Amino acid sequence: MIWAGPSPGRPDDQASESKSMIQRHWKAFGLSLAGVLGFTTAILVLAGAPPLEAYYHLLKGSLGSLNKTGAVLTAWIPLTLCAVGLLYTFRIGLWNIGVEGQMIMGAIFATAVLRWGVESRVPLLYLAAAFPAAALGGGLWAIGAGILKTKGEVHEIFAGLGLNFVAQGILLYLIFGPWKRPGVASMSGTEVFPTDLRLSFLPGLRFSPAGLILAVIALLLTAWMFRHSRFGLVLKAAGSNPIATLLFGERPNRYMLLAMLLAGGFAGIAGCVQVSGVYHRLIPSISSNYGYLALLVVMLSNYNVFVVPVVAFFFTCLNVGSIQLPMMLRIDSSLAGVIQGAWVLVALAAIAWHRRKVRPEKEH
Amino acid sequence: MWKKRVAVVLMVCLAAVCLMVKARTAGAADKPFVFGLLLVGPYNDHGWSQAHYDAGQYIEKKLPGTKMIYIDKVNPADRQGVTIPQLVDDLAEKGARLIIANSDDMKDGVLEAAKLHPEIHFLHITGDDVLTKKATKNISNLMAKMEYGKMMAGFTAAMTTKTGKIGYLGPLINEETRRLAAACFLGARYAWENVLKRDPKELSFQVTWIGFWFNIPGVTADPTQVCQNFYNTGHDVIISGLDTTEAVVVAKQKKQEGKAVWAIPYVYVGACEGASDVCLGVPYYNWGPGFLEFIKASKAGAWKSKWVWLDPDWKNINDPDTSSVGFWPGPALSKEAKAALDGFIKDLGDKKVNLFKGPLSYQDGSVFLKAGEVATDSQIWYMKQLLKGMIGQSSAK
Repeated sequence: MIWAGPSPGRPDDQASESKSMIQRHWKAFGLSLAGVLGFTTAILVLAGAPPLEAYYHLLKGSLGSLNKTGAVLTAWIPLTLCAVGLLYTFRIGLWNIGVEGQMIMGAIFATAVLRWGVESRVPLLYLAAAFPAAALGGGLWAIGAGILKTKGEVHEIFAGLGLNFVAQGILLYLIFGPWKRPGVASMSGTEVFPTDLRLSFLPGLRFSPAGLILAVIALLLTAWMFRHSRFGLVLKAAGSNPIATLLFGERPNRYMLLAMLLAGGFAGIAGCVQVSGVYHRLIPSISSNYGYLALLVVMLSNYNVFVVPVVAFFFTCLNVGSIQLPMMLRIDSSLAGVIQGAWVLVALAAIAWHRRKVRPEKEH
Repeated sequence: MWKKRVAVVLMVCLAAVCLMVKARTAGAADKPFVFGLLLVGPYNDHGWSQAHYDAGQYIEKKLPGTKMIYIDKVNPADRQGVTIPQLVDDLAEKGARLIIANSDDMKDGVLEAAKLHPEIHFLHITGDDVLTKKATKNISNLMAKMEYGKMMAGFTAAMTTKTGKIGYLGPLINEETRRLAAACFLGARYAWENVLKRDPKELSFQVTWIGFWFNIPGVTADPTQVCQNFYNTGHDVIISGLDTTEAVVVAKQKKQEGKAVWAIPYVYVGACEGASDVCLGVPYYNWGPGFLEFIKASKAGAWKSKWVWLDPDWKNINDPDTSSVGFWPGPALSKEAKAALDGFIKDLGDKKVNLFKGPLSYQDGSVFLKAGEVATDSQIWYMKQLLKGMIGQSSAK
């Protein structure tokens, strides 16, 4: 079943099966796409919108121009960073729901560093320092959930959810309290950072090349770790059978903490990208729900590091493109949210159905 | 094979869609003057955003050859991950030559977008970037003198209250919201002292801020709860400063429970609809005339970066073609109060009454206006605190 969650025993990245894997993925993908298109068309027809035109606007609104593609990439960077981090925790069998809070903590740590950098003569130094600080913030927050799991036997879903609320609380307190704009008490966010403390765009392009490079490095590094490093192997082993891992002289708890630390670190960096590259300030919804969205991305990608960027791209295209629905077709804008939710559900259902069909054959 | 077939089918579908839509959109002859609207809330919120949306439609009717495109719910809570510059890019691609941004919250985004698009004119509502010289040449600011509308609201509230306790449901705290709350208080105190001849000490004016222009669950204080608290603690009139209609909704519930309570919504002329037994009236914005002036100028190539603060048309404050601020009397307003209000409006229009005249003190006792001193626009715009006599926070603690 699909909700069996991270089942690292699947031979996803074994070279010998790679060909059949690609075929299987294509089938699952085709099936999901068909389901998604059918369902979306039904919703659009029900809402009284011409479906073909709606699809055209979705496509044109996400990839129709250089600026639009820039907007897609801008959203893709933090989403992919979060998703990459989640690959580590899923691999060892942990549900890191706390990714949202880890991203927020990263954003908070980054903002703290950038605030010091205002009016400094070496802003670039502070901008550069914001990233490790954010990784530290996210990592520490994740370790919190990890310790609760390994020492306190609190399930990581509950620990993570709890810590998400705490992080959100701290965020709101900072925005409305110590980091407020002078004379203003508003939930709209902190003072905007000066240009030299922002991730810069290339002229004519609407995304930050530095952010893009970061995300690509994160992907490549993770792929390498999973395939070629002992760490990747132990993560997987501990995920499938913690007791056996123990017998081989490895301590699964330590690896769990390490996986959490990495996931939190990547989420923290994503938070920093949001602060320095997207909003240029700290706002209450700084995470843009990318943490939760990343969980779906990773699940839809079948926990495969090479599929993650593709699915993330697909999601961000939908996110960016869906703005066109209210604008061009006067469809109530909340319908875009309905469609997005439906896409995830239908795609998951299609994958589950497909997997059921495939499994029995495989077991012969 | 399978893969190839899927890819081919997909490509064909895509091409077909593109062609069909192209065919449909082609053939549009004259190019209209397109203006874009960035609305912070839903276009049909019966509040702030709808007032702007309606004004956009008014322009389309008044100025043939113009076309509005809009995007609503432009705030980071509703549109996760979307920024103002991105939306402006999009409106620009759709041919917008002037873009109206309707929230204080969009200030920084507008500055950023205006630098990226020097060819587009920006009208930032409520802003002051032209005053503070932060604005580029393609930005103008427009605001209407809602202080007068708020004075009328305060006046009406004081004429109606039985308990002498008025609640002010405030959004976030900044210069704009401080001066509007203060104007309400001044109107209420004027009615209390000069019309009802009562002791100002018996009038309580409490301001409670929720933290944003509308409710964001989990982020702001819940306005419904704030209203209930007001009514449960003896306040019988609530004046709303929010973009949305919680105050009248809660008032209606309380009325059905048998309580004698009233509410004064804000912003949108139709905000009293469906709340006839509790709604005392609504101070509202009418953006049509203001938009018209700027769009005409932009269209004719006569754009100038300006900061404009429009007065009501005192001849008829409810004239949709001329008055930028109005007060629509509500069905629950008593005859006596209405007569007094009409007199008050006339006195304001004739300049017989000026409520922003000293002596006035800030909440902490420091002087805002010396005795006899009349506030300048800039003094009113940049009020630093609430006034003495008002209960509530002046700024963030």
